[in-house]
Amino acid sequence: MRRVALTVNGTGHELDLEPRELLVYVLRERLGLTGTNVGCDTSSCGSCTILLDGESVKSCTLLGVQAEGAQITTIEGLASDGELHPVQQAFHDKHALQCGYCTPGMVMAAVSLIEHGEATDEAAIRIGLEGNLCRCTGYHNIVLAVEQAAGVMGKAS
Amino acid sequence: MSATAEKGSYVGSAVKRREDKALLTGQGTYVDNMAPVGTLSLVVVRSPYAHARVTSVSLDAARAAEGVVAAFSAADLQDDWKAAMPCAWPVTEDMKNPPHYPLTDVARYQGDGVAVVLAETRAQAKDAAELVEVDWEPVDAVVDVAKALDDGAPLAHPDLGTNECYVWRLDTDATGQAIEDAEVVVTRRYYQPRLIPNAIEPRAVLAVPGAAGEVILYAATQIPHILRLLVAATLGMSETKLRVVAPDVGGGFGSKLDVYAEELLAVALARRLGRPVKWTEERSENYVSTIHGRDFHTEYTLAATKDGTITHCRARVTAAMGAYLQLVTPGIPLLGAWIYAGPYAIPNYSVEFTGVFTNTTPTDAYRGAGRPEATYVIERTMDALADELGVDRVELRRKNFIKEFPATMASGLTIDSGDYVASLDKLLEHLDLDALHAEQAKRRENGGAKQLGVGFSTYNEMCGLAPSRILGAIRYAAGGWEQATIRYLPTGSIQVVTGTSPHGQGHETAWAQIVADQLGCDIEAVEVLHGDTAVSHAGLDTYGSRSLPVGGVALCYAAEKVVDKARQIVAHQLEVSADDLDFADGTFSVKGSPDKEMTLAAAAWAAFAAHDLPDGMEPGLEATATYDPPNFSWPGGAHAAVVEVDTETGDARLVRYVAIDDVGTVVNPLIVDGQVHGGITQGISTALYEEGSYDEAGSLLTANLVTYLVPSAAELPSYELDRTESRSPTNPLGVKGVGETGTIAAAPAVINAVLDAVSHLGVEDIQMPATPERVWRAIQEAKA
Amino acid sequence: MIPARFDYDVAESVEHAIELLGAVGGDAKLLAGGHSLIPAMKLRIARPAKLVDIGRLSDLAYVKDGGTQIAVGALTRHATVAADATLAEHCPIVSFTAAQIGDPQVRHCGTLGGTLAHGDPASDMPAVMLALGADLVVRGKGGERVVPATEFFTGVFETALAPDEVLVEARVPKLAGSTGWSYVKANRRAQDWATVGVAALVHRDNGSIAGASIGLVNMGATPLRAKAAEDALAGGSSAADAAMLVTEGAEPPSDHSGSSEYRAHLAQVMARRALEQALGE
Repeated sequence: MRRVALTVNGTGHELDLEPRELLVYVLRERLGLTGTNVGCDTSSCGSCTILLDGESVKSCTLLGVQAEGAQITTIEGLASDGELHPVQQAFHDKHALQCGYCTPGMVMAAVSLIEHGEATDEAAIRIGLEGNLCRCTGYHNIVLAVEQAAGVMGKAS
Repeated sequence: MSATAEKGSYVGSAVKRREDKALLTGQGTYVDNMAPVGTLSLVVVRSPYAHARVTSVSLDAARAAEGVVAAFSAADLQDDWKAAMPCAWPVTEDMKNPPHYPLTDVARYQGDGVAVVLAETRAQAKDAAELVEVDWEPVDAVVDVAKALDDGAPLAHPDLGTNECYVWRLDTDATGQAIEDAEVVVTRRYYQPRLIPNAIEPRAVLAVPGAAGEVILYAATQIPHILRLLVAATLGMSETKLRVVAPDVGGGFGSKLDVYAEELLAVALARRLGRPVKWTEERSENYVSTIHGRDFHTEYTLAATKDGTITHCRARVTAAMGAYLQLVTPGIPLLGAWIYAGPYAIPNYSVEFTGVFTNTTPTDAYRGAGRPEATYVIERTMDALADELGVDRVELRRKNFIKEFPATMASGLTIDSGDYVASLDKLLEHLDLDALHAEQAKRRENGGAKQLGVGFSTYNEMCGLAPSRILGAIRYAAGGWEQATIRYLPTGSIQVVTGTSPHGQGHETAWAQIVADQLGCDIEAVEVLHGDTAVSHAGLDTYGSRSLPVGGVALCYAAEKVVDKARQIVAHQLEVSADDLDFADGTFSVKGSPDKEMTLAAAAWAAFAAHDLPDGMEPGLEATATYDPPNFSWPGGAHAAVVEVDTETGDARLVRYVAIDDVGTVVNPLIVDGQVHGGITQGISTALYEEGSYDEAGSLLTANLVTYLVPSAAELPSYELDRTESRSPTNPLGVKGVGETGTIAAAPAVINAVLDAVSHLGVEDIQMPATPERVWRAIQEAKA
Repeated sequence: MIPARFDYDVAESVEHAIELLGAVGGDAKLLAGGHSLIPAMKLRIARPAKLVDIGRLSDLAYVKDGGTQIAVGALTRHATVAADATLAEHCPIVSFTAAQIGDPQVRHCGTLGGTLAHGDPASDMPAVMLALGADLVVRGKGGERVVPATEFFTGVFETALAPDEVLVEARVPKLAGSTGWSYVKANRRAQDWATVGVAALVHRDNGSIAGASIGLVNMGATPLRAKAAEDALAGGSSAADAAMLVTEGAEPPSDHSGSSEYRAHLAQVMARRALEQALGE
């Protein structure tokens, strides 16, 4: 066991972790933040995407112990004061989710993409979401939602 | 929730989904999110071999491992099963259905379970599972469907003496003319690869035992009602002791329409051990332990007169069952059996299916189930026939379309409505075919690497399972009805209970639209409950694009009953004849006396208070309707794909995709478009990316998301959608199914486009998926 | 989806990491970004007894202008490499290629040193280092040594690193303004490894071609230099003719993305395109 301090959605935690515990399971099973989903075991699907120190990462491909000292944002920490984040709102407006399972990861990947100023047009959004798989939507409405959110956030081209 | 729609006209409006907020904020209730105190983790030890006898299983080391509570072999649990795992569709009287159980001592596919370990944590269970010692005696495996019926082929079930599961035929002979005597005959052979559904949520089950032998089974399933029936039957439990809950379910596409070993194991083990038992599938495990789709070899023939009038169609299909028959495995080909003439009027019809066992993961329903397999061979062969006749591919389709409805096909079923010509015309309006052909000609002339192709797919399909009598006639074990209850609460809130079980389709929103319009109330007053057999006790669940045309229609009939009862109450209270009441916008008014009125909500209160009801009327305003549709649902449409092929690398990329669908009345255009987008994508993916392949020994080569290619946004374009609308006369809403249309239509459109892009190089056929290597080889072979 | 048990230590310095590695013998692995190692551990394909975490050695994350060379610290993440202005100005093939690795999430975690030390012939960056003639700086108990990229990659997932050595830096040359470059990659999905990738540099002298270097991805057990093609181009062959020679000495694998035969063909097509791009054709 190793003592690890990390901040998740603004709240500090100190946890005793087995080194092999993947960060996604730390979030889901230690902290009860089950919004971050596990969709594969090969780092392919992106369902587990979170923000680690502001960057999108796949939380299934990090050990919890690697997150020592990190600032983490999960899907649960995105809305504030009951107001959906512009990306969440856009996903709702554009019907960019169906079963919702890939959605938390897709939203977090989109947040990172937009904040990096890389969601400039359809082609950039499509390539920027290359690490996230959705089986329901065909991505059409996800692209529309990210375009809308980038505009709202003042980060469109 | 923000609704753009107005009270009274929710149907047809793009009402944003009420399901979204929880899912967008991480509040989803997927099974793996649940962990009651004391839950044990279940891990299944699986066969690495496609075919092997288990000569011994030693569980001692696993049982001694840290955190392990129990471990069992197949023999240990054999008495728990009162019946073999269920197959609900014995398609012929003599169909072979070798029994299989949740654990086995003869593995017949890679991934067949042979033992289980239960431990306090997931990690401990995984660690201990590695300590289970199994001695295997490998046996020859049969893998390739095309070779499975050869003399001397290894047998998946040696006791049967054959790999043949069944042969099923449907023949008509309207004109008496033999197909060989037709003026033009085109025969083509196709292989449609094995597909792996890959719902992004892997399967998961959690069985929570109660004190009196009852169990709550939380399952990532499309079919809570069917699951309750069949788990109870297999375990010899009373259905009253089993409650099945399908909470948020992360996609299904048919793969969660089954009764799986892990569901039976979790319930049996929870009862044995008296503790909650949870199993969560890992993705790589999903590749072997959850059903696959397709794996069809088809020889398809079209015959026509020289003027292009099609006279015959004939399909000879060899379909992989996999190692065992799952819930509806043998019936999958039959789901397409009546539509091998597509949207065309073809008088002579012949279909023959041969089901074949192989040592592979069982196949079963995957999006479209039986119908994509039909549409693919029809639409590929329509192009071939047009080329043979030297006529335009689009015009050949138009000429042969069924043009009058209702239309009874040679296969015997009646299409209630449609307008295939209108869909095609609209497609051509959107497409600008002249410009595409000009661009294609220019590129051909320039001889560059990137060539352009346009492919068409005009389709129809039968969905909305289904008239129970017909299901009975084709030997399906259950009916195809659906149930809905509408219940007014005292203050005017409305509970709707549906037997459908959504897993992404937005029933909570769409059903509220339908009910709010029927009752003339605000949509916010309507709550939709589903997916829990304790709440929705009767239903037949969600698959085969049935939820709206069966379950949605049941809502109308339940609403009608509610309004009828309320009418009696209002007539009584206003002291008028019920016949003198008009009902509109949620209010009853007296004909000729518009100031005399009473709302439905007021009638609901009156029914609750029961102070002044007509003599003999029961208190309460609630009605249940069980709707058994008189016909299937018959969507159709016209799709086109525009593809760019790099003729040097063989890489084919989609440039445009235009889809015109006719799904009758559209309840919610946002949701309908979403279904079409997703459906199209799975069809495109079938055409260009997805292929489950085994080595000769039966080891799955494409066993994870790295090697089995599910495309991302980066590989796909945005789509151009439009609709024509021929309302179904079969039901009062005029609706048809929409969940599978895109998948049914898209694959042949894309492959026809790829072929069109390289046809000038002499290429006539490319097997799906059209991988860069396959396209490159086809070009090389055409050159040679 | 859960790795087998292992011991875990955090290295406070490179020297500490070397000491920790040496203490376990050959069964320890360095953990940097973890994006090659952890996926293998999740499937229990890799089962190291110990991980030595160097992820927090922030002094190994840098891009420095070293005069004729640019030094990139081994812990510099792909996203940082991709966005680095110094590299973009003086050795743009490196920053361009970094942006082609994996997907954004991978690039936010994965490191330059990690992708090189992993020794995967399907990775993008090793072939670029080979084409550039980069120097890889390795530190061990005995101090530092410089291994030319041409000697670093020794087999599938094998490198010249000793079990107790740490790759600390890659030094890439500043390219002359007249040097043409290109990295082209054929893959099925954007997130996939390259079916084949080609890194090409074309050096000019007074407007004529003075030489070329070509690195190949996924065309053998290691990243490869296409010497025959390089010589042909230097000797005046056209890009198209030179490209046909890239398969000399290559032993392309067969897998789900393509057969050996197809890869050989694809390499020729991609090499021609890479050379044409590098030549500005």
